[in-house]
Amino acid sequence: MNHEKNIIELKDITVRFDGETVLDDLNLSIRDGEFVTLLGSSGCGKTTTLRIIAGFLEPDEGEVFFDSKNMNGVPAHKREVNTIFQRYALFPHYNVFENVAYGLRVRRTPEAEIRERVHEMLTLVNLDGFAKRSVSKLSGGQQQRVAIARALVLKPKVLLLDEPLSALDLKLRKDMQNELRNIQKALGITFVFVTHDQEEALSMSDTIVVMNEGKVQQIGSPIDIYNEPQNAFVADFIGESNILDGVMKEDYKASFSGKTFQCLDKGFAPGEAVDVVVRPEDVDIVDPGKGMLKGIVTSVTFRGVHFEIIVDIGGFKWMIQTTDFHPEGAEVGLIIEPDAIHVMKKSKYSGMFGDYSTFSDEMDEMNAPPEDEDDE
Amino acid sequence: MKKAIGNIFVGLMYFLLYVPLAVMVFFSFNSARSTSVFKGFSLKWYAELFSSSTTMTVLRNTLVLAVLSAVIATVVGTAAAIYIYYLRSPAWKSSINLVTNIPMMNPDIVTGVSLMLLFVFVGRLIGAANSLNFGTLLIAHITFNLPYVILNVLPKLNQTDPHLAEAAQDLGSTPTQAFFKVVLPSIMPGVTSGLLMAFTLSLDDFVISYYTTGSSYQTLPLYIFNIVKKPVKPDLYALFTLIFTTVLVFLLISNIMQMRSDKKNREKN
Amino acid sequence: MKKRSLLQRLIGAPYVLWAAIFIVVPLFIVLYYSFTDADGTFTFANIRELGDYKEILWISIEYSVIATVITLIVSYPFAYVMSRKREHTQRIMMLLVMVPMWMNLLILTYSWMNILEKNGLINTLLGMVHLPPLKLIETPGAVIFGMIYNYIPYMVLPIYSVMSKIDPSLLEAAEDLGSGSLSKLRRVILPLSVPGVVSGVTMVFVPSVSTFYISQKLGGKITLIGDVIERQIQAQNNYNLGAALSLVLMVLIVISMALMKKFAGDDGDNLYI
Repeated sequence: MNHEKNIIELKDITVRFDGETVLDDLNLSIRDGEFVTLLGSSGCGKTTTLRIIAGFLEPDEGEVFFDSKNMNGVPAHKREVNTIFQRYALFPHYNVFENVAYGLRVRRTPEAEIRERVHEMLTLVNLDGFAKRSVSKLSGGQQQRVAIARALVLKPKVLLLDEPLSALDLKLRKDMQNELRNIQKALGITFVFVTHDQEEALSMSDTIVVMNEGKVQQIGSPIDIYNEPQNAFVADFIGESNILDGVMKEDYKASFSGKTFQCLDKGFAPGEAVDVVVRPEDVDIVDPGKGMLKGIVTSVTFRGVHFEIIVDIGGFKWMIQTTDFHPEGAEVGLIIEPDAIHVMKKSKYSGMFGDYSTFSDEMDEMNAPPEDEDDE
Repeated sequence: MKKAIGNIFVGLMYFLLYVPLAVMVFFSFNSARSTSVFKGFSLKWYAELFSSSTTMTVLRNTLVLAVLSAVIATVVGTAAAIYIYYLRSPAWKSSINLVTNIPMMNPDIVTGVSLMLLFVFVGRLIGAANSLNFGTLLIAHITFNLPYVILNVLPKLNQTDPHLAEAAQDLGSTPTQAFFKVVLPSIMPGVTSGLLMAFTLSLDDFVISYYTTGSSYQTLPLYIFNIVKKPVKPDLYALFTLIFTTVLVFLLISNIMQMRSDKKNREKN
Repeated sequence: MKKRSLLQRLIGAPYVLWAAIFIVVPLFIVLYYSFTDADGTFTFANIRELGDYKEILWISIEYSVIATVITLIVSYPFAYVMSRKREHTQRIMMLLVMVPMWMNLLILTYSWMNILEKNGLINTLLGMVHLPPLKLIETPGAVIFGMIYNYIPYMVLPIYSVMSKIDPSLLEAAEDLGSGSLSKLRRVILPLSVPGVVSGVTMVFVPSVSTFYISQKLGGKITLIGDVIERQIQAQNNYNLGAALSLVLMVLIVISMALMKKFAGDDGDNLYI
């Protein structure tokens, strides 16, 4: 395993469906042994990217490299990558053993070796003793495991996973997240994982690729992506954020909400208009007199670990997460430490996100585009 | 009370549906030639049936035609369904669907006449003395069977996971292998029911056959029609009693099998 | 899937070819024969001659409309009662409706001849109890009855299949909102079963209006449009007039389908379930 080597490279990939651009000049390098997550909402092009790597789709423009070898025109069955499909795509007419053995049989592997390798895989995914079961009689989690075994038995260099956990319930999902991560570490192979769930992405990945509208928005480690979002889209998509219009007065001094704050950012032109991100958990609520900003609590929601409080400051609604209760209508002060402030360059997403004046979970769902399975 | 009226009504309907079948079965055992006065029980019409070479030839003709046309229609129709399923152009897709619907929408007599006119037209062009024969009959049967095969296979294709074929290719199968090892087995129930439907439609068809066959090839429905005014002899009743029994047994078995698999499914959930 | 494999493109070729030659071309051949005479010269003579058959066409429509309406009237409650039964009972009832469909309709028609004839079963039975014989066969009633009997399963099945798919919670909702059983039927079941009715009506009307053996076997001298076509083609060898009459039948079917589609609203696409 060589961590410096790129096992997969996508160069200037463009894909259009019926005149609509689905992937727009996409560039992506994936290092050997990495757990990479393509993260984005439906229609962002993440599944399309996966299908290009798998060979189900030829890009209209651009090149695909595996180990620096050009793979354009190489059909799916000749590529050394395997895929876990969203709804597993298990073969209904075969039992568990035959599903896992499928790829080996196609390769005309000797029977004894097939038996050995299939059982080894079934052990790895905790499905010992299920070999003779019909796949339609398995639970969702078990089907998932069969799909993993079926792909991994071929010892691929890269495993592609297309929202593999989306059909599972929350509890099982968390378990499978851990299990997938453990399998990946144990086998040391590269995982390319597609999801729309930011928590899943943050907890599993070495590297996250945030995508939107067929373009890469940011590539980085989960911590980088969360702490240093590159634009308002990423800041909004990953976690909750208050995103404010601001101006960079000089290095380490940002002004927003009518006040100037100490911050850790530099390198902007003096007076440059910027987006300022403040995470809800980084704001402290104090007495009105002691705060840097002053506002009125307009709503309080109990979330279990914390309260989610919306504070109106000069018409902008802030979201603040705190363990202290403050009643609706109360006047409060806010303290924002320098390391809680993150300054970003203006982008086309500026002003689209980050105000909680119309916020509600239901509104979010209603505004979300309908889940499109293939996001093509 | 309301329920009782409903049940009586349904009972009457079934009575009506089965009267001619009962008459048929009953008089097939008549010892006399009459089909309205029962003289006594006998199996002589069954004996006569099996010794009549005409009836046996007709029966064989019917089966040969049904098997051939059903098999060809199933192969071509299944391929067509797959082709239609993967079609991307909506305009082409809907025109193919429209054409596929024509034999089902048109009255049989129009389908029969139009095909016959085609055969006569071509026959005249090439100067054939007799343009209708077994070949034209077979073509006609395949033509009216094709839409039903497609209609049975397409829904199965729509039901299967679109990623199945991709999964097979992902695991190393060529597209052709993927089709035969994965796609075909999962649409097999549709293919089988299409085949069965085509087979029975072909067995049963009278109207289209009437216009498209030559004088030398007679099928059972044609044979029955041609026994003009004179009263039916009980030997035909005997033949259809046998067919009726076969149908009944076949339906019962398939029904019991269906119920078993339903029960299994329920237990599983 | 931008590039389709050769297999995928070739797989449809036999059917496309077959459909073009044996479905599309024959329709044009019918047109050709309708507008030519026996020598192949263009003429309107066949179309003009159609006027002579106005009355027969009218009778055919009349008989088949009556048959379709009666079939609908008896099949609808039949399907309704069936759909209310337990699942197991429904399955057996369905099976019993389908068995006559699997039998050859000709032999069943013969059996009816046998029952209705002058010296047939009914009159023999009447004679036994010293009642005068009835004239049953060779009447319009016998022809209409033959149509109803032959095509009843084609009406019951589509109506039943739509009714059995109605979500039971819809009926409960209707009850919950104050519907009695009659208003439930009128406001919920009836509107929801329209697609089944449309499909059933088409499946009964089309073969009824074009039949010729039912009228020949049960109707005696009664002549329908199907009989005329049959006679022109098989006895007179007048293919041109036969083609013109077939054309009339085709136009009639297209018109009635369009009417049904309009009646059913936009759901008319699944005319064949």
